[in-house]
Amino acid sequence: MMTASNDTATKPAKRPSVDFKTIGPALALLLLCVIGFMLNPAFVSEGNLTNLLTRSAFIGIIAVGATFVITAGGIDLSVGSMAAAIAGVMIIIMNNAVETIGTGVPTVLLGCGCALVLGIGAGWINGALTTKGKIEAFIVTLGTMGIYRSLVTYFADGGTLSLNFDIRGTYRPVYYDSFLGLPYPVWVFIGVAICGWLLLNRTAFGRYCTAIGSNEAVARYSAINVDRVKTLTYVIQGLCVAFATIIYVPRLGSASASTGVLWELEAIAAVIIGGTVLKGGYGRIGGTILGALILTTIGNILNFTDLISNYLNGTMQGLIIIVAVLLQRSDWKLGKGK
Amino acid sequence: MLMKKALGAVAAVGLLAFAGTALAQDKIKIGVSYPTPTHAWAAGMNWHAEQAEKRLEELYPDVDLILVNSPDPEAQASALEDLVSVHQIDALVVLPFESEPLTDPVLNVKKSGAWITVVDRGLSQPGIEDLYVAGNNPELGRVSAQYMKGRLKDGDNIVVLRGIPTVIDNERFDAFMEEIEGSGINVLDHKHANWNRDDGFEVMQDFLSRFPDIDAVWAQDDDIAIGVVAALKQAGRDGDGMFVVGGAGMKEIIKGIMDGETLIPVDVLYPPAMIATAMDATVQAFKSNGPVAGRYILGATLITPENAESYYFPDSPF
Repeated sequence: MMTASNDTATKPAKRPSVDFKTIGPALALLLLCVIGFMLNPAFVSEGNLTNLLTRSAFIGIIAVGATFVITAGGIDLSVGSMAAAIAGVMIIIMNNAVETIGTGVPTVLLGCGCALVLGIGAGWINGALTTKGKIEAFIVTLGTMGIYRSLVTYFADGGTLSLNFDIRGTYRPVYYDSFLGLPYPVWVFIGVAICGWLLLNRTAFGRYCTAIGSNEAVARYSAINVDRVKTLTYVIQGLCVAFATIIYVPRLGSASASTGVLWELEAIAAVIIGGTVLKGGYGRIGGTILGALILTTIGNILNFTDLISNYLNGTMQGLIIIVAVLLQRSDWKLGKGK
Repeated sequence: MLMKKALGAVAAVGLLAFAGTALAQDKIKIGVSYPTPTHAWAAGMNWHAEQAEKRLEELYPDVDLILVNSPDPEAQASALEDLVSVHQIDALVVLPFESEPLTDPVLNVKKSGAWITVVDRGLSQPGIEDLYVAGNNPELGRVSAQYMKGRLKDGDNIVVLRGIPTVIDNERFDAFMEEIEGSGINVLDHKHANWNRDDGFEVMQDFLSRFPDIDAVWAQDDDIAIGVVAALKQAGRDGDGMFVVGGAGMKEIIKGIMDGETLIPVDVLYPPAMIATAMDATVQAFKSNGPVAGRYILGATLITPENAESYYFPDSPF
């Protein structure tokens, strides 16, 4: 705890230009938007911006959870597979519930409830194996990643699980309808972001995460229940995955082995672009949200132009990610090593 | 006494074993190797392979089909070795994961004296296979373009959603562009949607924001087409006469065509059932009195409400 508060408190004092760290991602996003607008004014049309925000919601919500895990010095590679598996089980449960409770709201609520339970359970498994099982988080979640991915392939018989058409009718508004001009997924994203911010910056739990991430041994000596806090970060991650899945399923009403592929890397990228330190000890929810927006905007802009060969999309994405992270490093400008 | 019994037992076991090998040698053993079904089309292929196995083994009691699937090219190479060394196959039906890395392993099977049937993706060296069975990727592009030309007029706009950047994708796309050229139909842009619903949805959303006037979409694949339709409905542009052409032969799409769906009025066949065709033909290589070796290219048939029923397999996962 001591080291953590030192870290965050002294850094801004030492360098006046440290603002760069905070506004770096925002600057990158702004730059992307200007480029997007110059390519095609339709970029800033209401429809496109709404699409962008809604799309960012998936990765964004998952990345909020990842911020906790990474801040506490862990990593979770299983989130993409977990989302696919939860989506698959949700669809199976809802399809099976048609005969007994019909195609109305209760069925959808049952599906959502199961998703939350599964998310929390899956997160707890990752957490418990990491802390009680004393296995590296990288290995644990690499293992569960494979397990969840193959489970969804198995459930779908290699094909695609499709939601009953009538339930889709009931569930569809959760993705497609809006409240005060913003689609529901965006509201969920905002809600999760606010809760995440409060949890990380305004509670003892958030400070414990930071403390464990910067020095686990010291945190242990400071009477922090390290195992419990670390497990909880994975549970939060699982919960976030469940939320993302709940708003993902009504979009196309299906889940397959290709659902959520590489989401884990996108979530981690969003977190890192946002300024959170990969080795733990320093986390920023606001940055994570900007990071998620940046990632989605890159894809959007690439679809808006035919200037760049389709084959180079990955190159552009990689370059922009690296530049975005460079932008938030102020120390190299001052010529000071860290 | 005990000795006698033991001797008897040994003799019996020996006799049984001998009978076993004799029996096994009588059977025509055909190995069928293909990628593990991890996406819808491959799951359909797996289903059709299993159906064909049941049907052929019932029809010909002396034919033994051994189905093996592998998760990557490396594993498939090992699986081929096992088929030769453990099962001593007389013939191999193989859908290679990738052409280059599997050419040598298949050549080794060939050296064991087995008949070789290659499905879908060719090998990188000619003359190894006795029989080649494949769908027709350029034809898929061409047939799609011909349908577009029949429905659209000079000055109409279309967008194209491609698959994963691969040779297959290029073959389809190049043939499509060649056929559409000179028709006066504008191809506004083309992007990769990776044969995937989610990407199809997002790429189409962006196309819709970018282009106010689109008359038709070539989605190239049924999964992409499903994402495209969701994006059209979301933007409320599904009612203005726009139509989508996919490809492959997914059962949901074919059902829609049978029901007179207007948004996806037709489909272009790239059948996962081609593995069954290959298995049939391979058995015929042993059973028929006619020649079988050569190339067997399946047509990229245009599926319309009139003929849809013959391509509809409700039990298949695809």
